Order: sequence, then C-alpha cells, then structure tokens
Amino acid sequence: MAALGIPTARVPVLLRASVALPAALFAWFCSLVPRVSSGETLHWEIGWIPQQGIALSFFIDGLSLLFALIITGIGTLIVHYASEYMRGRPQLPRFTAFLLAFMLSMLGLVLADNLIALFIFWELTGLTSFLLIGYKHEDAAARRAALQALLVTGVGALAMLAGFVLLGEAAGTYSLRELLAGGASLAGASNYPWILALVLAGAFTKSAQFPVHFWLPNAMVAPTPVSAYLHSATMVKAGVFLLARMSPVLGGTEAWSVTLVCLGAVTAVYSALASVTRTDLKQVLAYTTVMALGTCVMFLGLAGEPESTAHTAAAVAAAAFILVHALYKAALFMAVGTIEHATGSRDIARHGGLRHKLGPTFVGTVLAAVSMAGLPPFVGFVGKELLYTSAYESRFGAFALFAIVAASVLIVTAAMLVAVVPFFGTMTQSARDAHGVTWQFWIGPLLLGLLGLVGGVATAPVFHGLVLPAAAAIAPLPEHFEPALWHGFNPLLLLSLATWALGAFVFWQRPVILSLPGKLLDVLPVTGDRVYDAAMDGIARFSTALTRRMQSGIQRRYILAVFATLALSVGATLVAKDAIYLPSQMPSVTFGEWALVAVIAASVLTVILTRSRLLAICALGVVGTAISLVFLLRGAPDVAMTQLIVETLVVVIVAIVLLKLPDFRNEIRQPLRARWRDGAIAVAVGTVTTLVLLAVTARPPQLELTEYFESMAVPGGHGHNIVNVILVDFRAMDTLGEISVLVLAAAAVCALIRRRSRYRFDRFLRLQAGHSTRPGRARASREGA
Amino acid sequence: MNTLILRETTRVLFTLILVFSVATLLRGHDAPGGGFVGGLIASIACSLYVFVADPKDVRRLVRTDPLKTAAAGLALAIVSGLIGILSGGHPFLSGQWAEIGGVKLGTPLLFDFGVYLVVVGAVLTFVLEIKEPASVRPADSDK
Repeated sequence: MAALGIPTARVPVLLRASVALPAALFAWFCSLVPRVSSGETLHWEIGWIPQQGIALSFFIDGLSLLFALIITGIGTLIVHYASEYMRGRPQLPRFTAFLLAFMLSMLGLVLADNLIALFIFWELTGLTSFLLIGYKHEDAAARRAALQALLVTGVGALAMLAGFVLLGEAAGTYSLRELLAGGASLAGASNYPWILALVLAGAFTKSAQFPVHFWLPNAMVAPTPVSAYLHSATMVKAGVFLLARMSPVLGGTEAWSVTLVCLGAVTAVYSALASVTRTDLKQVLAYTTVMALGTCVMFLGLAGEPESTAHTAAAVAAAAFILVHALYKAALFMAVGTIEHATGSRDIARHGGLRHKLGPTFVGTVLAAVSMAGLPPFVGFVGKELLYTSAYESRFGAFALFAIVAASVLIVTAAMLVAVVPFFGTMTQSARDAHGVTWQFWIGPLLLGLLGLVGGVATAPVFHGLVLPAAAAIAPLPEHFEPALWHGFNPLLLLSLATWALGAFVFWQRPVILSLPGKLLDVLPVTGDRVYDAAMDGIARFSTALTRRMQSGIQRRYILAVFATLALSVGATLVAKDAIYLPSQMPSVTFGEWALVAVIAASVLTVILTRSRLLAICALGVVGTAISLVFLLRGAPDVAMTQLIVETLVVVIVAIVLLKLPDFRNEIRQPLRARWRDGAIAVAVGTVTTLVLLAVTARPPQLELTEYFESMAVPGGHGHNIVNVILVDFRAMDTLGEISVLVLAAAAVCALIRRRSRYRFDRFLRLQAGHSTRPGRARASREGA
Repeated sequence: MNTLILRETTRVLFTLILVFSVATLLRGHDAPGGGFVGGLIASIACSLYVFVADPKDVRRLVRTDPLKTAAAGLALAIVSGLIGILSGGHPFLSGQWAEIGGVKLGTPLLFDFGVYLVVVGAVLTFVLEIKEPASVRPADSDK
C-alpha cells in the first residue's frame, strides 16, 4: 500500500489522454437522444464479407442508447479517476488498453444487431474483465478471481450461444432488429423451453444471480476503478440488458415471469442480507450490486408477465432503476476507492471522522448514498417508488412487494454503513494519518451524486429522454404514458417511510441484529464458491489421471497409436463406403520404373534389418530419392526436385540428431512379439494407403482447374512454371498460411528443445526401463536438484 | 563424422550451393524452381556447414538470429501482398508487375523471396537448436 499515492509519481499521460475517447463517444450519444426519444431506431451496417451477406450491423433504440450513455458517461469519469488512482502503479499502458478495449466491447454488446456478434462482444467483455481483475497478477487471489469470473461467465456464455443458435433457427433470423420488428414471440416455438433455459443461463451467470453470484464479490480484488466500472455499472448489467432485449421475444410466458421473479427476488434479498454483514467497504458495495441486479431481473420478470396491466410500470421501473443504480453505485465505488487510497484500508471498523480530511468526497458519498436509500428529492426515490408501485400492482403482489421492501430496508442500512461510518464520528488513527486527495478523486463521485439530485428534481426530461424510450423496448408503452412520480399520501408512501425507519433501526442496532443473519449465511452448507473449487479440483484430478494413462513419454507408443488409428479409421471408411477398387489389369510400367521399385524394396529391407541407425536413415533417404525419381519420370520436375531436397535435408538433420544421441540401442531393444505387432501395423498402413491411392486414381481426374491454370498462367501470372505461379500468385494466400505455420513451428521447436535439454538422458533411460515412471515425481526431483 | 574431406569439401560447396539456391529462386517463375525449393537448397548448404563447424561459428557467419530471418521472410511476403492494395486497391496478394530494362519484376517474386527466407530461417533454427550444447543457450541461464 505504500506504493499508493506517491505524489511524485509520473502522471500516466496515456491513461489521462484516453479520457477523450469515452468523452467524445458520450457527446455523440447525447446528440442522438432527441432522435431516439422520438421513437426513431438508428441503424448502421459495415460490410464485412459482402459476398456471403455477412455484415457488422449495429442499431440504437431507447434501450441501447440508455446503456451506451451509461457506458461512455461513467466511462469518462472512471478513466479520469483511474488516471489519478492508478498513478505510480506498474503496467499502466496495458491497463489503459484493457480498459478501453472493455469499453468498446461493451458498446459493441449493447449496439450489436446480429446475435452472434452480440455473443462475440459478450465474450470480449468477459475476456477484458478477466485481464482487468487479474491486473495484480502476482497476487494468487487476484488470479483465482479472474479465472473464476472468466469460467463462470464463459460457461454461461457458451450455453447462451447454443440458445442463440436455437433461437435463430426457430425465428429464421439472427438479426435482433428483425426479431423485434417482426413482433413475433417465440413462446409457441417447439423448443422454447430450451431456448429460454440456455439464454437465461448466459444472462444469470453474467449478471451474478444466486447461486452463481459468488464470482462478483470475489472480483473485488481488481483495482477500484475497474470494480466501479465493470463490476457495478456496466458489464454485470449485460445479463440484465440481454433479458430486457429478449423480453418481447422470449417474455410473456409463465416460465419467463416465474423464473425471473423468483430468482431475482431470492438474489436481491440474499445479497442485501449479505451486504450489511460485510466489513470490507468494497464487499458491502459488491453485494448491493448483486442486490440491484436481482432487482432488475425480478422487475424484468414482472415486465414480461402475461396479460397483466402491471407490466408497463415494471418495465419503466426496471429501466429507471438501471439508470439510478449506475449513477449512485459508480459514485460510491469511486468514493470507497478514495478512502482506500487515502488511508490504505477498506475496513469499516478502522474508519471514522474522515469528513474532515476528504470533504468533497464526503459530500459526493452522502449525495449518492441518499439516492441509494431512496430519499426524496433524489432520483433514487423515484426509482424506488416505481419499484414499489409495480410490485404492488403485479400478480405476484405480496411476494414481490415483500422481497423488494426487505431488500430496500437492508440497502438503506448498507447506504448508511458506507456513508456514515467512515465519515462521521471522531477521527480514528487511520483518518488522522490519511493523506489529502486531489480534485481528480472527488470530482467523479460529486458529479454523479449531483446528477442523482438533478434527475430527481427534473424528472420529466430524464424520463422522456432516457427512461421511457428504454422501457418501450422492454414492453410496449401506451400512448402518452406518464409515470406517476408522486402518489400523494397512500399506503405505498407509508411503506417507504417504514423502509427508511427500519433501515435506520437496523443500522443503529446492527451489532445485535446483524450477528444473526451473519451466522445464518455462514452456516449455508454449500456455497457456489465451494462448488466451484470442487469442480476445478475434479477437472484437474481427471486430467491428471487421463494424462498419466495417455502420455507414457515413450515416442514409440505414440507412433504406434497414431499409425494404428490411421490404418483402422481409413480402412474402416474404405470398407464402409465400398471404395476398395482393384484394377483388373496391370498398368504399363517401364523398365526404369521397375528398377526404381527394386531399389525401394531393397532399401526398405535394409531399414528393417539393419541395427545401425545411421544406415537405417540413409536407406530411408534412398527410398525417398527413388520416389522422387518416379515423379521425375512421370513429368513433375518441381515435385521431384522438392522431394529430392527434402529427403536430403531429412537425412542431414536426422544424422545431426543421431550423432548427439547416446548409444542406447541395447536398452530399448524390443521383444520379438512387439516387433511382429509393429510389422503388422506397418503393413496395414501401407495396404490402406495403397488402396486409397487406387480408389483415387480409379476415377477420371477433374481437369477444369488444371485447364484454368494452364490457360491463365502466362496472361494472369506472368510465368511459365504453373506450379510456381499457383504457389506465389493464384493461391498465394494458402502459401502465406503455410509459411506462417513454418515460422510458428520454428519458434515452437526453439522453445521445446531448450526445455527438453534440461532433462538428462540417464533419467530418460530410467523412464524407459520403468524405474521412475511417474512424470510428477520426475518433475519434483528435478526441481529439488 | 567431422572428417577432413567433408570439412574441406563443405568450404567449397557452401558457396556454390548458396549461389545455386538463389539461381533456383530467381528462375522459379518460368522454369522448375522457386522460393520453397531454393530455400531448401540453401538450408542444405547451411546444414552441411553446421555439420562440420561449431554452431557458434555458424551463428557468427549468418549474423542474424535465424528465427528472425524466418520472421522477416514472413513480413516480406505480407508486404508484397500489401503493395497491390496500396497501388490501386486490388485485393490482398494480387500480383503487380513492371518491366524494367527488359527484366520483368513483380510482387510474386518478392513473395517468393519471403518464402525462401522463411524456409532457410526455419530449417537453420531447427538444425542449430539441435546441434548446440544446452549450456550456451541464453534461455538456460536461469538454472
């Protein structure tokens, strides 16, 4: 922590300059608000593979614009905040690149038109999230959390991809715009349950729904700007975005609303309970984020309810809450990051009286926390009233209302925990030691807190500009829908008053009351985290066992397996396809060719019988040379030339290898039975290959391509050697691929040989003889040496 | 294997084979030959040299890291493909030809030279890595 806040550390210029990108994008999206709020849908298309009709296409409606504004607006503040928070940390250019890459992926996700493109952007956000969580890569906890987040959301995303494919096939299009414009619900499709389950799996893992929520609190090891941006304001909302997007297509069924409402409610209440029992400020906020995600899911469930009048209100409530939450949560995360930066600790118990040291941060925190607690005149109040109203009016009435009230009570407590405990009271030691912070630290929280206030006062423009267009994408709104923002003194207002009172009471009596749920949560027999660990252990054990069986480390066995598989699979295919063709008459063979056959046969016999490795490899070279002479006789000089040189080169290289190898002929002599087995496999491979060649040559050759190349070589390729013209011009792309592989192979050989050389041959021989057979033990002893 | 005859013959052959390999490369477009075969022929020359000489001497002789030679060849091939794009918006890797003083020159020749470098670099990497004793390799210094 001593590395934090070195005032002399160089300003990360790249990070600070890159604020311009999100800021410019934010301004551009702002300029689109009037057009989109009047009901227009904007659409762009960039040709990608036009010949195949594949294009990158994007569209903006109310929902994607709301998300795009959150992504770029909060992104601007976060990048700016990070440029000061991350000062003096290592690897900042890399960090900057990851952060911006994430932002662009997230934008792609919310703007994508094609389902597959959406999936790719979805995975890119997961990947950049992995890289950002693992920023402190020397820390084992950070590595674990990064991998966990990647795997949990990645498994969900794969399920989602399968769901998308089923959905695309059922609907006949992969374009979201066409899906939504068609207005067709897939509720009647035959595999609707599968589509729903698979898409929900993706959304729930990404948006950290119970019981797979565990990765999100663990992801808090990331630097705080990352937590504020990815893991509260944007990325974790991708699942919510997907559900909102899919609501017109997949919603409107019993399965949709029951699943979403129940799971969302459980997530909201469970995580609200968990949040107030934490002592780490970031953990408190992480669980309130999970609560907010649960709330969004629950209200999207209500919004997609079949034949209910409440669905409009729920859609508006969900859209409003997405905005409200993004505003206050990003502010609180940045404030907590500031506290950590100034004092070096995030432990609630160690803080107090920080308002004297961090004045502007304190103001921003209180503004955001009041919005979080849902007090008027903040936008949080409007959001909460909408939630209460739509829950009350829905078919799930009592259940939904109970869940949202219980969660809200605890969120009031959590808001007080974050805003009251560190800042009020007497100054603790850590507060006295705290260093002051520059304006870059507090401008973000203050601005977002004030925006929460402005949004609460000027509700009409916010709702008509942002929230209602977004809600209209979730569920159709009636003409001139006016959300009731003030209900007068009705029972729901009483409920709000009771919420604040209860929340404050729980905060006041927290040592007594919270010890109970804290214990309750700890005695849960199985947590997702533990299941994850068990699964990872299981996979590792399984692959270890499999590797021990498959990887004997003995080259001969590998070759045996490869050739036996080749002979069996190709042979079986030949028999199954009835492709065995034996020519009725002997093709004409010249005397010279017979001579070559005799040379080949004699060389093969030499290879088999000799006990000298050098002689064997030279005899193999003779086989290859004789074959290249056959090519030459049959009129393929280029192939012959290449074959001849390859054979020469192989002999030279193998000779170099053999000269370096110790003489262990006697140690690895095979018993007679094994030699018969090897011989049988060799004969089988030879037979199968011959049969394949006979089958291929039995058909008349297709000459269209040959004729094309022959006629085009000189006018199109300016060359008389057709083979070369094909290689470097007509099919140059293939050649480029091949030489890329060659370079990669050379790099791989470098790495492999340098590694292998650390083994010693005496150990290798012991391995062969079966003395020390466990690769694990061999490695251990090597490290010990 | 390191006999006097082989060593002295290699001295002469090395240069001859290299010249022959370049000739093969250059004639390739109209007669049997080309970058791949030419590269293989040059590899034989280098392998022979590795056979009789100390790998350190070979590295000194070729000056660059052979892996970098291979990478440079790949880059050259890609660049030759870009020329068509830059000089008139043809698709990637379209051949461009010009005749200078009665000699026809084209991007496919550049491409072929890239192939040549990749092959020589790759094979020389294999051979040198195999031949060199483990101790002189920089990667093993952390032992």
